[in-house]
Order: sequence, then structure tokens, then C-alpha cells
Amino acid sequence: MIARLWIVLLVLLAPPAFAQGFAGLGTTAEGFALPDPDTTFDFPQDHLPHEGFRIEWWYLTATLSGADGLDYGLQWTLFRTALGQGADQGWRSPHVWLGHAGMTTPDRHFAAEKIARGGIGQAGVTSGPFDAWIDDWRMLSTDNSLNALRLTAGEGDWGYDVALQAQGPLIAHGAEGYSVKSPTGQASHYYSQPFYTVSGRLNLPEGPVEVTGQAWLDREWSSQPLAEDQSGWDWFSLSFDSGDKLMAFRLRDGGAGFRSGTWITALGEAQPLGDDQIVTTPLAHAQVAGREVPVHWRLEVPSRGVSVEVRALNPQSWMGLSIAYWEGPVQVTGSHTGRGYLEMTGYE
Amino acid sequence: MLKIDTVTKSYDTGAQHHRVLQGVSLHLAAGEALALTGESGSGKSTLLHLAAALDGFDSGEITLNGAAYSGLDDRGRAQLRRETLALVFQQFSLVPSLTVGDNILFHARLAGRPDPAWAAEVTRRLGLSDLTGRWPEALSGGQQQRVAIARAIAARPQLLLADEPTGNLDEDTATRVLDLMLELVRETGTALWLVTHSEAVAQRVGRRVHLSGGVLA
Amino acid sequence: MTRVAWGALISHWRRQPLQLVTLILGLALATALWSAVQAINAEARASYARASEQLATGTQAIIDRPGGGIALATYAQMRRDGWNVAPVLQGRIVLEGRQVTIVGIDVLTHPAAAVTGETPDLTESFLAEGRLFARPDLIARLSGVPDLPPLQANAAVPPGELWTDISVAERLLGQTGQLSHLLVLDPIDAGDLAPGLRLRVEEGNDTVQLTRSFHLNLTAFGFLAFGVGLFIVHGAIGLAFEQRRALFRTLRALGVPLRRLMLVLSIELLGLAVVAGALGLVLGHLVAAALLPDVAATLRGLYGAEVDGALALRPAWVLAGLAMALGGAVVAGTGALAKLRRLPILAGATVVVWAENAGLGSRRQAMAGVALAVLGVIALALFDGLVAGFALLAGLLLGAALCLPLCLSLMLRLGHSAASGPVAQWVWADARAQLPGLSLALMALMLALATNVGVSTMVSSFRLTFTGWLDQRLAAELYVTARDDAQGAEIEAWLAPRVQAVLPIRSAGDRLNGQPATIFGIIEHQTYRDHWPLLQADPAVWARIEAGEGVLINEQLAYRQDLWLGDQVTLAGQSMPVVGVYSDYGNPNPQAIIGMDTLLQLYGDVPNYRFGLRVPPAQVDAVRAELAERFDLPPGGLRANTEVKQVSKAVFENTFVVTGALNALTLGVAGFAILTSLLTLWTSRLPQIAPVWSLGLTRRTIALVELGRSLMLAAFTALIAVPVGLGLAWVLLNVINVEAFGWRLPMFLFPRDWALLTGLALIAAALAAGWPAWRVARVPPAMLLKVFANDR
Ligand SMILES: Nc1ncnc2c1ncn2[C@@H]1O[C@H](COP(=O)(O)OP(=O)(O)OP(=O)(O)O)[C@@H](O)[C@H]1O
Ligand SMILES: [Mg+2]
Repeated sequence: MIARLWIVLLVLLAPPAFAQGFAGLGTTAEGFALPDPDTTFDFPQDHLPHEGFRIEWWYLTATLSGADGLDYGLQWTLFRTALGQGADQGWRSPHVWLGHAGMTTPDRHFAAEKIARGGIGQAGVTSGPFDAWIDDWRMLSTDNSLNALRLTAGEGDWGYDVALQAQGPLIAHGAEGYSVKSPTGQASHYYSQPFYTVSGRLNLPEGPVEVTGQAWLDREWSSQPLAEDQSGWDWFSLSFDSGDKLMAFRLRDGGAGFRSGTWITALGEAQPLGDDQIVTTPLAHAQVAGREVPVHWRLEVPSRGVSVEVRALNPQSWMGLSIAYWEGPVQVTGSHTGRGYLEMTGYE
Repeated sequence: MLKIDTVTKSYDTGAQHHRVLQGVSLHLAAGEALALTGESGSGKSTLLHLAAALDGFDSGEITLNGAAYSGLDDRGRAQLRRETLALVFQQFSLVPSLTVGDNILFHARLAGRPDPAWAAEVTRRLGLSDLTGRWPEALSGGQQQRVAIARAIAARPQLLLADEPTGNLDEDTATRVLDLMLELVRETGTALWLVTHSEAVAQRVGRRVHLSGGVLA
Repeated sequence: MTRVAWGALISHWRRQPLQLVTLILGLALATALWSAVQAINAEARASYARASEQLATGTQAIIDRPGGGIALATYAQMRRDGWNVAPVLQGRIVLEGRQVTIVGIDVLTHPAAAVTGETPDLTESFLAEGRLFARPDLIARLSGVPDLPPLQANAAVPPGELWTDISVAERLLGQTGQLSHLLVLDPIDAGDLAPGLRLRVEEGNDTVQLTRSFHLNLTAFGFLAFGVGLFIVHGAIGLAFEQRRALFRTLRALGVPLRRLMLVLSIELLGLAVVAGALGLVLGHLVAAALLPDVAATLRGLYGAEVDGALALRPAWVLAGLAMALGGAVVAGTGALAKLRRLPILAGATVVVWAENAGLGSRRQAMAGVALAVLGVIALALFDGLVAGFALLAGLLLGAALCLPLCLSLMLRLGHSAASGPVAQWVWADARAQLPGLSLALMALMLALATNVGVSTMVSSFRLTFTGWLDQRLAAELYVTARDDAQGAEIEAWLAPRVQAVLPIRSAGDRLNGQPATIFGIIEHQTYRDHWPLLQADPAVWARIEAGEGVLINEQLAYRQDLWLGDQVTLAGQSMPVVGVYSDYGNPNPQAIIGMDTLLQLYGDVPNYRFGLRVPPAQVDAVRAELAERFDLPPGGLRANTEVKQVSKAVFENTFVVTGALNALTLGVAGFAILTSLLTLWTSRLPQIAPVWSLGLTRRTIALVELGRSLMLAAFTALIAVPVGLGLAWVLLNVINVEAFGWRLPMFLFPRDWALLTGLALIAAALAAGWPAWRVARVPPAMLLKVFANDR
């Protein structure tokens, strides 16, 4: 019911954009602030909402190992969308918040969604300490940094409650956080904390499982991140057993698409990867929610000697929510081994 | 006692103006008996109805015991009918909701001079004794007519008007009824004016007038 | 041949157009009354159905805070604590002189958004500059109001409400940061609620429940209208056949076969029924449209249930109306055709024989009537419930109606035998002869009168009881409702030295035997001992309540669950004996009273912000003024018992406005039935009148006699209707009320009302008989004379 409503909402807000966009990633930005390559990050302030921008997210994924020996994954996402401008509080606030939570086992995938008005305290991100929440889903820090977080979400008979501890620095993508998304210049501000270790508990319908693992937080805000002809993306965040990490995405369009990424060393040094440095090749598709989705990839970064196969832990990791997309943990084999998360949007 | 003086009467039936009586004059004394004859449709019943103060006339005058009809209002006429006159119609003059017995007594009581003994005698002499508990519509035409006659006589009117009182009766009964009427008239001093088609009846009554062309001859 | 028969039948109507008009009008009026009631009921039901469809689904639990709103922060915190609740900010404002309810919702959480969300515009507008959604009729009314957000028609919105986003509602209602209540979307445990908050479970079909009493009223009238209508239709058609008896005989004598004649007559009858039915629907629509605003006002005032002012053409009542006309015609026509079948070609049975036969028939009818009434009683003995109650009512009324002709004819016979003068004798005899032709109309009159007596006795008894009960129940001189517990405590402390007593009114919600109920706690005070209206009580009732040893329950609960003195009731898991039963009118739900200490012990710290004040009468105004000045009380937070009584009485009277109107209409229709019967009897009157006239009664006298006879028949009918009506009232008070509402009311007798009604019946009869009598007074002698010459 709410889902249907949200779709309606999005259709109304940006009718031409929805077909290509994701979570309100519209192609127009009337009156909203635009990403500026000269901006540098200012923490902890930039952990908080940037209300002048149209959309923004706090996006956390974790690859986990259970005490039962099985692999798991979880996702916690908070989106902010501005339906208009203005700093009104209370019910007149123009902001709408959307929460997505996912939890994946080798053979099951759980997904849930929450939606809330801004300005009334039902959802938001505040400091002192850093606190991001929508209803009873929460990402709470011990201080104003993102170094130590507690993460909770769930719905009905499933949920999770895990603690995160950052083991490395924050990583700025692109040019000091200015991440270009198309050859014509669409961009966003984008940084990550890919060095979390995780411990905690997953609540499965049949009972709790203690888990440990790694997590990756993405922070991104913009007003117009997609070009007119872009229809979706494939986004990889991989943590290799070597300690190095790779973020790579391909924005699909009518032609060759647009690739971009960041090579992150185990020590926390970031190296932007350009369009010509990344090769993504779908190897196998799975029938997911009535459509063909590539769940087996070859990913190559020749400049770093990377040639790996990326396989979904559970090919059916479908987030069948008001905005439907594929998001789940992956196994990495080949030149490097490791685990990571794959997000694929825009598969109709 | 009854005086009719150049009375005229016409009926309007749509476009037609039909003059039935064209100047009728007549005098009838108390205790006198008179027969009225005439062709069917000549206006006999009409004349009798006028004499009985049932309907208005166009011109002329009728007086009964010195009272002029034209000077009487509805109540006066009704009183006259109730107390002075009695009329036997050609047919259907009984009160349908009263029994034969009540019908016979009805007029006398209306006139304020009920006389059950006399009524019983009249009833007996008209051969109606067995019928008193019946409803009028359960009677034959002749029986109804006799009841009407009984009712009129039982009321002891000063003037008895009868419109073909024996028209529905067989000859024997008619003779008996007529005898009785004449006898009763004599006994009570009532004036009798009856309409008849029968030559025999007219002769028995004695004095007779004939209505033709709207005038009496 | 068929064409000849048609020609003859139609020429009859051409010569007697009045008969045709009265026949059609009679049928049409009966249909009109019936379909009007049906239309009103259907409209109201449809409104509730719409409302319950839109507002929520099934049982709706809400959280509110007695005496105040819920802070926005509280709501947000509840959401953060995992409560699945949706906020609503609701309030009333006056626009264009009409109260409208502003319902502010959050589309993102409100379940109704599922309904409204089907319309994309709706969602956009909630989040855009703001829009008000309302039904088209309300929008039409509000189109001229300045400074309103754009209005948008949406049939999904309940009548009388403006739905909008909470941000807009805040602006319109002039409040921010507050919510009226929260909808509970997932089941919760009331025990987990923060202090001050209250969980209320409202029955899903709340309005339907509450308005049941009202519709019961209307439905009863619908049945009555049906009954009266059937009698009228039957009468009208019966007379249409009687009138043409001679014609039928002639036609048959001329060789028209019986079957052909019956076929032709059936077709004619159906044609007439369709024409009259259609006319009746139009009339019924007019009547319903005229009454509906009153009904809507009553329902709004009483129950807050919104009913559209507009009347829609609904198949339900259109069909019901046509079925009434056609069914009535078929029933009446079958009887008449059966008679026609037996009609000999010769033998002119006329008025008196007809009357005699009718006499036989009336005995048979009366037997059937008695049987019907007995069946009604048996139904009540065998089955419980409302349906049995209605069966008894129907049996009683129909039975009485069927007995009426026999009763009247016995009365007339008695009068006849006692009559002395010749005119009187004729009058009685003639009345008896006329009775069969009038009996159906008189039955309709009897039904109308009996119902009037019955309903007015019930209403008046109820009013008397209710008024007395109000006096007892509202014993405190002043009633205060504070904004919240804090202000309540302040007021209580301030009042203590200034008044004789402060009686806290505190209550908790619970379920008693499965139904939502309110449990009140009372402190020890003489006021209760002196005034509380007890129907049944333990000798030491108050002492036991104060000691926490017992519970008082309301009459509704007592009847419904058959709980009486000494029975056990379970409150919050604790069983307690019933020590008394009290009357509690106007409240459909169970209620109980226990000692204050027990209440607090069982239900925790229930809100305490309402008080009854005992004040010496002379000081009421002073205390009131001081309270108003000193404390910022919510609107309506301070009321004198006199005001409350006034409002309650106004509400009470309002409930029965429509009842009164329908009563009057029914009586009017019954009066019209008498008129049509008399007019159709007209031609058969002349042969009755002419002989009497010829024997020396003036036409004036006869006209007066005619009038007098109708009055006499009406008076006799009224005489019989009064006891029948009292029986009806008894059933209403002791059976229907108990079943429907759970209270039994004492019956009071109001002879003045009966006199008034009898007067009304006589006026109706006089009006109905007036015209025919006037025609008698003016009939030309020639016409009367023709009787003596006409072949009948
Ligand atoms: N009410 C009336 N309207 C019009 N014409 C009438 C009326 N009553 C009688 N007539 C006409 O008046 C004339 C006289 O009628 P009336 O009944 O007096 O005749 P009658 O001599 O008594 O005939 P019969 O011997 O057949 O009884 C007739 O031509 C009749 O048609
Ligand atoms: Mg004649």
C-alpha cells in the first residue's frame, strides 16, 4: 500500500526520470544545489544531511559469516529526498525519508521498506552523537564520527542488530569526493567508510545467528546524478582477502556506458579509476522476479592486475520494494579472492 | 286543497329544450280521488313530482293547503313532503338500508305520527306481513311497490300521490291493491291522485284528467 | 369482442374520471409513503457504508489522550520505539455557516491512503501547496469560501469531511505540534502505553451500531407505510371492481367470455399499477428529499454520522416502490377477480346484500386477525430477539386491522338497536350498509392512528423517564473538564474549599463480556445515595461499592448478558458481584461503576480531569464565573447541569422529528384513503339518499348526516385504535426497546394525546367526507329523481 503510494509519488515528482532513475535520482535539478568540484569534505558536518541537495543516502552493506558456518549479507539504507526547497520544519518540511533493509542467506532474501515525512522526528539524521533513523531502524554512533556504529533494522520475523567498528580512514571517491557519473558532467559528492568490521546477531525466522564480517558505508548526495540517456547501473564494492578494496560501477546507456571506480589499498590510499580502466562483462544471467539479471560477472582492472569473477551468494537477492533492484552479497574468485556487494538497478 | 295553476316545466337536455308541461291547471279537494292518464312520456310523472314538491317548475304556481310552492325554501318543501304528502313512485323508492318493516314505518315516523297498529294493519291488508324482515332488494318489483304503498298509507298523508302504483302488479292483485287504496282513502279522508295507464283503474277512481301535449284535458 | 370490452371498460373511466383519479392517486400515495421511507433508509445506509469503507477497515483501535491532544514528539518517539501507529489531526471548523470536520492525515502512514492513493492527484496535492479533498456536494457548498487551499472532489472522502495533509490541517485548525489521535495499525498491548495515553477500540461499524435505534424507527415506519399502503391499494382496486359490477354483468350477458373479461381486467390493472407506481415514486422521491435534510441533521447531531443531503435514485427503493404498487395491485386484483368469477350474470346483488356478505366475511376476517395476533404472541414466546418482536408487532397490528370491520359493525348494530328517531335509525342502518366499502380505508386509518398512539406513547414515556433520569443522573450543579490531569489537579485543589463537593469522574476502558465497556469509579458521597437512578439494588449497595465489594452495572449490560443482583462480573480479571443495576439511556454500550479505590487498583492511574461539582444553587453562577476566569479551560469545559439537560433534551427531541413527520404523513394518507373511498362510493350513494330525500329530508340535512356518519366511523375507529396503539406501545417499550437498546421503559398513559389524535382523526375524516357531503347538499333534485326512473 505504501509502496504503491511511493511509486505514485515518484512518478508525479519526476515523470521522465523514474524510468532511468533510482530513488529519486532525477535528471533535473531546478533550484537545488549542484555538486561543486571545488568543495572539500568537512567532517563530521558532512555526515549530516545536505538539505540544499535533492537526494542523499547513507548506504551500508555487510558481508558476514555466521557461527553456523554459512555466509550472510545485510543492507541498511536511508534515503533522503527533497520534494521541494525550503527549511520548514514540522509537517511543512519538504523532505521525505525512505529506509530499505535487506538480509541475505545463501537461499533466502529478506527485504523491507519504511517511509516517513521529514521535519517531525519520525526519521532523520542528527549529530551529538551521530544518529540516523527511520522509525525503529537506526544507525547510531558513539560520537559524532562514524567510527563505531550500532545498526538495527528488521520487520516481522527477521532483523538484525550489529556493531560496526571502523578499521581505516574515510575514502573520498573521484576528485576529492567529486564523483563524475557521465561524460557530460553529471556528478555527486561521494565518500565511503569501507573498513568496518562487524559483529552482532541476525534474527532469522527460525532463530538468531551470531555473525562477524566486514561492512562498507557509502555516503552520496547530489541533485542530478544521471544523464538523460542513462538507464541504470551495476555497482561493485569488493573487499579482497589481501586487504585491498575496489569500488567500481558502470552506468548503462544506449551505447558503451560509463565506468568509474576507486582502488583502495589496505592502508587506506585511494586511487580513482577512469572509464577506460575498468571492464565489466556479464557471464551468466538468472531469472529474478520475472526478468533477466546478470548475477555472474567478470570484472577486470588491468592497471591493478585484477581479473576476477564475481558471483552472487544468492542470485535471488531481489529488493522487491517500491523501487525494485537487485542488491546482495557476492563471492570473488580469480586473480583476487574475497567478498563484496553487488547492486544492480534499472533491469526491467 | 291542491291547486295547480298554469304550471309550465321544461327539461334541458344538452342542446335540446324540451317543454313537457305547457300550462297545466288543476284543483283537487280534500278526500277527492283523481286519476291521471296520458301517453308514455307525456309528462305524468313530471307533473306528479311537481305536485309532490320534489322539483321546481318554470312558471305558474302550485299551492297546497294555501301554501304556495314558489314561496317555499328547501326546508319548507321537505317539511311538506314529510308531513302533508306521500308519494308512491313508479319504482325504486324504498330505503335500501332499512328492512321492509322499517321502510313501512319510516315515513310515519319522519312525519312524527308513528302508529304501529295502523302500520301493522296496512301491512297485513297489503299482504306484506311475511316480508317485514326482508331487505327491499330481496323483493320482487310488485312487492316493492306494495311496500311503497304501505309506507305512504301508514304515514296518513293528507294527499297521496301515486305514480302507476299497480303498474308492476298482475290484474288480480292490482285490483285488490286499488280497492284497498280507495278504501283507505275513504276511511282516512285522504286526497288521492294517481297516475295510470289502465282504463279500468281510471274508471274505478271516478274523476279523471288526461295529459296530452303538455296540457290537461 | 375484446375491443368492445375494452371500449366499455374505458368508457366507464371516461364517465367517472374522478374514480380513475382517486384510484391512481390512492395507489400512488401508498407507493410514495413506502418508497420515501425506503429511500431515506437506503440513503443513510449507503452513507454509512461509504464512510466505513473509507475511514478504516474492520475494528479500528485508536490511541488518544483523555483531555488533550498527543504531542507530535510523542508520536515520533512512539514510531521510533517501533509502534506502528498513524497520526490524525482532526477538528471542526465552521465554513459557510456549516460545521465541517477537517481530517488531517499523513499519507505516508495513514491506511486510508491506500484508498485515496489510487488517485495520483491526491498524493501530489497532499505534498504540494496543499489541497482539500471532499465530496462534490460539500465542495459545491464551499466554493465561495476565501483563503482555502484548492478544493478537489473525491468521492472516496466521507460526507461532511475535508481531508487534507496534516500540515494544511494545522493551519486551518490553528494549532501546531499536536495530534488528535493515532490509529493503531498493528496490534498493541494497552499496558505498554505511556501514562496518560489511552487505547480505545471502536467497533468497525460504529455508525451503523449507533444509528441502529434511529433506523429501527424508520424501518418500523416503513412497515407501517407498507401496511397502510396495502390496505389503501386493496381498497382502491376493490372499489374499482365494485363500481363496475353492473358493467361486467352486462358485458357477460352480451356474450363476453369470463376469461376474456378477466384477462382484459388484469391488463388494465397492471397498466394502472405501473402508472400509479411511477407517479408514487416521483412523489416518494419528493417526500424523501424533503425529509432527508432533517434526517441528516438528526444523525449528524446525535451520532456525528454524516449523511449526504442529496438523494440518489437507488435501485433498492425504486424496486421496493414499484413492487409495492404492483404487489398491492396483484393481491387486491386477485381477490377482486376471484369475486368476479363467482359473480352471477343476473341477480343484482347491491349494497345491502354486499354488506350482508361482507358481514359474513368480516367474521372470517376477524378470526384471521385474532389468529395473526396469536401467532405474533407465539413467535415472541418461541423466539427471542428483535425479529420476534417485530413479528409480534406485525401480528398485533394486522390482526387488529382485520378485526376492525367486525368490531365496527358490532358497534353500529348496537347503535342501531339503540337508535330511537327514524333519521337516527336510518343513519345507523346506512352506516352499516356503507361499512364494507369503507372498511379498508378505515383499516388504514386505524393502523395510522394506532401507530401514532403507540409511537407517541413510547416517545412520551421515554421522554418522561429520560427527563427524570437526567435530573437524577445530573445531580451535580456544575461539570468541569480540564485540559489534562495537571490542570485537573490544580482545579480540584482550588475548588475544594469553595464548593460542597468535588466528585471526580474517572473511567477506564475494558471489555465486559466481549463488548467494549466503560468502567467508572466513584468516591463516597451522599450525592450518589440520593440521586443515582437504580433499578435494582442490594440494600447496602453504596456501602458495598465503597468497600470495593461489588459493582453496579447499567441496564443494557444487565439485559444483554442477563446479569442481575448477585451475579458475578469480571473486571480486569477480578470477579465481583453485581450489587445494583442502574438505568443509562442513550448509551448503547455496557457500563459499570465501582468504588474509586477499586478502579485505581484494577486499572492503574486513570486520567483525572473531569469533575462534577456540588454547589449551592445560589452560588453556581459565581463559582462558574470564577472558574472560567481563573483557568484556561478547553471549549465546553465548563457546563451547568441545566445546560447539559437542555442539550440532551434537544437531542432527544431531534431524534423524533422525522418520526413525527412520518406520523402526520401516514395519517394524511389514511385520510385521503377515506376521501377516495367516499368519492368512489358516491354513485351508489344516490339511490340511498333519494328515497329519504323524497320522504321529506332536506339535502342539507342529508349532507350533514353523511358528514356525521363519516365522523362517527372515524371516531369508532379511533376508539378501537387507542387500545391497539397502547398494545403497540407496550410491545415497543417492553420488547423492542429491550431487544434493540437494552433498556425497558415504564409505560405512561397520555389521555390528552389520545384526545388530540382522535381529534386529528375526526378532522381528517371531516376533510375527507366534506367534499362528498358538499356534493350531496348541492345535488340537483332532477338527479335524485332520476334514481326512481333509472334501471339499476
Ligand atoms: N330529468 C330529465 N331530463 C330530461 N328529460 C326528462 C327528465 N325526466 C323526464 N324527462 C322527459 O320528460 C318527458 C316526460 O317524462 P315523464 O317521466 O314525466 O313521462 P311519463 O308521462 O311519466 O311517462 P311514463 O308513462 O312512461 O312513465 C319525457 O319525454 C322524458 O323523456
Ligand atoms: Mg311516468
